[in-house]
Amino acid sequence: MEDQHKTTIKAVCYHCGEDLPKVNYQMDDKGFCCAGCLGVFKILSENNLCNYYVYNSNPGQQLKSESHLEYLDEPKIITQLLDYRHESSSIVTFYIPAIHCSSCIWLLEHLYKINPSIFSSRIDFLKKQVTISFNHEEISLRKLVETLNQIGYEPLISLQDVVKEHKSSVDKALVLKIAVAGFCMGNVMLFSFPEYFGLSSFEKAFQSLFGWLNLAFSIPVAFYCGKDYFTSAITSIKHKHVNLDTPLALIIAVLFLRTAFEVIFSVGPGFADTLTGLVFLLLMGKYLKQRTYHHISFDRDYRSYFPIAVTTLQNGKEKPVSINEIHVGDRLWIRNGELVPADSILMKGDAWMDMSFVTGESEPVHKVLGEIIYAGGRQTSEAIELEVIKPVSQSYLTGLWNNEHYKSNNSKQNFNDGVAKYFSLGVFIIAFSATAYWLFQNDSHKAWSAFTAVIIVACPCVLALSTPFTLSAILSVMDKKGFYVKNTDAVEELAKCDTIIFDKTGTLTSSENAEIRFSGALNQEESIIVASLLRNSTHPLSRHILKALNVDQYYSLTDYKEVIGKGLTAVINNHNIYAGHLSMLPVGIHTDSETGVHILIDRSYKGYFEIKQQWRLGLTQLILKLQKFSLQVLSGDTDKDFWMLQTIFSNSTKIRFKQSPHQKLNSVLELQQAGNKVIMLGDGLNDAGALKQSDFGIAITDNINNFTPGCDAILKGSSLSLLPNFIQLSKDGLKIIKISFAIAIAYNCIGIYFAVQGTLYPLVAAVLMPISTITIISFTTLATRWFARKNKLI
Amino acid sequence: MNILYFLVGCSVLMALIFLGAFVWAYKTGQNDDTHTPGIRMLFDDEVIKEKSEEDHFSS
Repeated sequence: MEDQHKTTIKAVCYHCGEDLPKVNYQMDDKGFCCAGCLGVFKILSENNLCNYYVYNSNPGQQLKSESHLEYLDEPKIITQLLDYRHESSSIVTFYIPAIHCSSCIWLLEHLYKINPSIFSSRIDFLKKQVTISFNHEEISLRKLVETLNQIGYEPLISLQDVVKEHKSSVDKALVLKIAVAGFCMGNVMLFSFPEYFGLSSFEKAFQSLFGWLNLAFSIPVAFYCGKDYFTSAITSIKHKHVNLDTPLALIIAVLFLRTAFEVIFSVGPGFADTLTGLVFLLLMGKYLKQRTYHHISFDRDYRSYFPIAVTTLQNGKEKPVSINEIHVGDRLWIRNGELVPADSILMKGDAWMDMSFVTGESEPVHKVLGEIIYAGGRQTSEAIELEVIKPVSQSYLTGLWNNEHYKSNNSKQNFNDGVAKYFSLGVFIIAFSATAYWLFQNDSHKAWSAFTAVIIVACPCVLALSTPFTLSAILSVMDKKGFYVKNTDAVEELAKCDTIIFDKTGTLTSSENAEIRFSGALNQEESIIVASLLRNSTHPLSRHILKALNVDQYYSLTDYKEVIGKGLTAVINNHNIYAGHLSMLPVGIHTDSETGVHILIDRSYKGYFEIKQQWRLGLTQLILKLQKFSLQVLSGDTDKDFWMLQTIFSNSTKIRFKQSPHQKLNSVLELQQAGNKVIMLGDGLNDAGALKQSDFGIAITDNINNFTPGCDAILKGSSLSLLPNFIQLSKDGLKIIKISFAIAIAYNCIGIYFAVQGTLYPLVAAVLMPISTITIISFTTLATRWFARKNKLI
Repeated sequence: MNILYFLVGCSVLMALIFLGAFVWAYKTGQNDDTHTPGIRMLFDDEVIKEKSEEDHFSS
């Protein structure tokens, strides 16, 4: 057993933890899987940074292919990126997706050891951001990014600046309001205590002091902390409808006025304790509602996928230009692996475009001169020259985001606002009839106190609290199982949906578990020849196949040639060998598959490697459990998997292939116009329009840190089979909210019984409110756990 | 019992100072990242070989 353990330690790369191939790189008795990992180790050991490997074993990541950073020398782009610049020092914040462990923190905070021109660097681990301050006279921004790339931490610099977007998402004002409200509540409670226990004669001397202090503390609570409720109430009244904030604002106003009245005319202790407690709890509920995941962004659009700059050709010279400054007619120079940012026409070169962003299909498409290439295509071959025919924001794919028919806000009225209308109406009727009764009895004092007391006691604060408490409890249950929902409102939307649309590639199939298969036959000798050829290429496919072959020796080769994106050729031991796309082979071959990596040794065809996408586990059971919903499959792919899909789905399921992003969007729209509430599951940019249009868009990903298109929730691929349970839990959540509403009504009835008689003593109000709140909070927590257990989510 | 007026004043003043301290801490971003410092404090200080001691022996 111990021996086995040792061998597993030995067989992985010291830097990145990948399985070591039989032929590998060695240094200091440590094995490395590739030259890249070895290079990082060299840099770190030269700079005395080997502690990096102490905190975690194999903390590194494999280096990706080289990227072009010329654009970082452009002053305009530099000023866009920098947070701060003064004399010789600059501060910049980067988003680095590779940050994943404590070693990363340690290394990135010791950057100054690698280059002394870097003053300091600070990591925010959850946001995966590093803030670096450096001397820009000694090290340029480009040099800085190159340094990061060298040690395997490539920052992601995209058009939509992730870093700046995060900064604005935190609502700092709300936290300060909670702090002030909590502070005032604590002090008011302290000064109200003598009142609760009855005042002795000598304490009476302090009564007016305490009253005035309470009033003083109520002022910031009502007018600073409760300000939002007043503004929201006023705007909603202007629009002639009532939301939940309207009765809340009224209660805050009544509580404050009555407290001020009683203190100023020394007729009673006032309701300062109820007022401050109410505002504090309301703000807490609001905070829970706003709380979202720091490290996941739900509002991405095409801009997070697009680079910040692109190389243009001006008078035959390459010049990096910011994407926003591209005009129709500009000549673009797109290298291997780069993205076409705007619809354009191919002018020069051989284009093999990976259109997976647009169509969902990852097999490269060949484009000939003069053909239109849509924005979002990724060049997988040699560099090409393009002429822009449409600006970035109006291109075919980006146009999806500028469609104005996205969901209107009216449809998104939640349970709370729906109930608030009737609730307010009921409270007003009771309050006015109680007042009328006492006025009729000629007791104007009682009339006034009954009116205010009814409004105080009938507070819908429980309603305002139960929803955020229940839904945020549900959110945290879901996120433990790999389902990250944007906010509490979205959970309510999920519960109402009745139709589910699936995308195929990446959603029903998994890109992680792709398996390499060889159709044909290779003997040992031939495997070594193929591996010797492939090890010279950095193409991801070559690396995958090399790993699958895993041979124990390599031959040397001559006449090596690589046509980027198409294939490789070389002479090994006097054998001519080709590996690559069909069109690359020197002789015409008839095979059953056009795709894949075909192997030809000395004019004899050996077969081809292909990557088989695997269906996700438990699909059949998942579809069975979703029988209550009407299902659809929209795939951007060809219909090659039609039979497979038919066996999984029932006959009534509509399965459509070759759907463009716009067609997907329109299908969702049609369903919605027919009155359906639609859940869309998708993964790529090609589903982005449909995800946004749907009532609840779920982006599926195998790695939470990957980019996902804008959506309402992100679902881990491995948790797809739990989808029916998640939907059921959200429905149960609505049930919990309704039950707690009933409990709140019961409490209110008790309060109103005293209130209409005009005998509500502040103590009763002050006790009744916390008791009802505590009941509701504990009820929602327990009920959520119970339902989560019932749905097998705990 | 007039001393109570003074004590109440003191307690309110102190509470206000604490509130002010929180507002200042929050506004300067001390609560922005509550996760990383917990990891950072676990890193060891680097062992720097003390030259003076070695010199001591040689001389």
